[in-house]
Amino acid sequence: MLQVVCIKQVPDTETRVRVATDGRTLDPAGVTWIVNPYDEFAIEAALQLKEKTGAGEVVVISLGGPGVATAIRSALAMGADRAIHLKSDAPAPDSLGVARALAGAIRDLGAEIVWFGKQAVDDDAAQVGPMVAELLALPCATLVSKFELDGRTARIEREIEGGLEIVELPLPAVLTTDKGLNQPRFASLKGIMAAKKKPIEERAADLGGANLEVLALELPPARAAGRIVGEGVAAVPELVRVLREEAKVL
Amino acid sequence: MSILVFLEQREGQLRSVSREALGEATRLAAELGGPVTGVCCAAADPGLAALGDAGADRVLLAKHESFAAYEGAAFAAAVAAAVAATHAKVVLLPASSLGKDLAARLAARLGVGLASDCTSLAVEGGRLVARRPVLAGKAIQKLAFPASPAIASLRPKAFAAVSGAGRAGTVEALAASVDTSLPRARVTGTSAAKGGKVDLTEAEIIVSGGRGMKGPEHFALIEQLADALGGSVGASRAVVDAGWRPHGEQVGQTGKTVSPRLYVAIGISGAIQHLAGMTSSRCIVAINKDPDAPIFKVADYGIVGDAFEVVPALTEAVRQLHR
Repeated sequence: MLQVVCIKQVPDTETRVRVATDGRTLDPAGVTWIVNPYDEFAIEAALQLKEKTGAGEVVVISLGGPGVATAIRSALAMGADRAIHLKSDAPAPDSLGVARALAGAIRDLGAEIVWFGKQAVDDDAAQVGPMVAELLALPCATLVSKFELDGRTARIEREIEGGLEIVELPLPAVLTTDKGLNQPRFASLKGIMAAKKKPIEERAADLGGANLEVLALELPPARAAGRIVGEGVAAVPELVRVLREEAKVL
Repeated sequence: MSILVFLEQREGQLRSVSREALGEATRLAAELGGPVTGVCCAAADPGLAALGDAGADRVLLAKHESFAAYEGAAFAAAVAAAVAATHAKVVLLPASSLGKDLAARLAARLGVGLASDCTSLAVEGGRLVARRPVLAGKAIQKLAFPASPAIASLRPKAFAAVSGAGRAGTVEALAASVDTSLPRARVTGTSAAKGGKVDLTEAEIIVSGGRGMKGPEHFALIEQLADALGGSVGASRAVVDAGWRPHGEQVGQTGKTVSPRLYVAIGISGAIQHLAGMTSSRCIVAINKDPDAPIFKVADYGIVGDAFEVVPALTEAVRQLHR
């Protein structure tokens, strides 16, 4: 069974944001790049399923500039078999362009499951997975936190507002992963060495025209430093008073 | 300019996020002109006629037994039909777990851009401009839409519902043909969260605990305060990674981004990833032993002290207040 995992390279979550001189994008100076944390759950899920069934192939796809090769190598080092790098020097303006490029690359692979992280931690859009499902006319479940495969039916659990939902989907299907699904493995030294020999196919990505126009990237208004109302238990009455009378939240 | 609002229902109940989206549509309609139409996919009418009061000129009901539970492709087809029927130039959906999925499907189907999880919308120079937090709130992106319809999903609690709008709220049937032969995802069961707690993204009050709680057993203190306040329990990443709390409670960059009325951070030092996820809260209270903890830099009010002493006293004081 062939599984595809779509991954994105994103700034480390510890990144302090500075806006680039264009006023619309993140200043990349000093930014450390990592594999999107939610995508690591997707990679792990695909690898576990391959190990369980004892057969098949895990193909990683990522879109971006030359730097993305690092993210692809880490997925290969974890155990993915091969990769497709959709090369694009310009940053993707929106999710639909990315989804179209990915769907185009996935269409002919004959994948049984297409995995995504539930969202990328840079744009927080949570769009590309369901968009690819729509473009490929596949069933989709987002926010997967539990996964089982029963023949050709995926049975998943997903967290929704105030509860859990159990969903069954026939393969082929698109799944987006949430934290809690698994514990992503670290790449072993052997895995890192092996990754160097695994094939990465490079293709030019066609992102098409912009579907959204980014007017600006701004820093949120800074919060004014607050007030220490006191120390220890003695401060509790004053805290309750300010919450009632000043903040009016109680 | 015709505005279409997707009205989310679950188990026959309209969700409050639907009224929030209608409220924002009504506000935008005052600037853009044109009618506000709601569209609901459901197995039975969840009380749509009452939505005239919440801002709907009319409501389209796509009724089909398979709409009892969410299915992306079928819902997207129905909403796309409503877009065509109303010539909508703006489509608003709640950025709920369902709405985010549906909005993405709809945007792909219509071939237009989507602004997810917006916290404000505005009309600038005659066009719609969306603002949305990125990097879990470390920055705000300002977006315009080159093509029509503009699709935006709205963060729960960031927009106000209206009442007394006095619109007609006429309910009309929208022909919904669902091809049940297609391979589809099917909801086969649901279970409510323990104790019927409100999801963090929709909670008015959140009490979060961090590593300062020293062990999972001490989260009873957090739960008791949350109960007294009528709020939900949150947690820092360190606590979730240690297995003390479920991942659904994690607040921060790899957890949930929240904007409650009151956020109480207990024993949380305030790593940048955590701060990113909660600094849009209206009022932040921090309780921490370390006076130099970064959490105090974003908190409106703080108590420097031992959580094991301060939290029970605070819980008792809140209980007294409600008695």
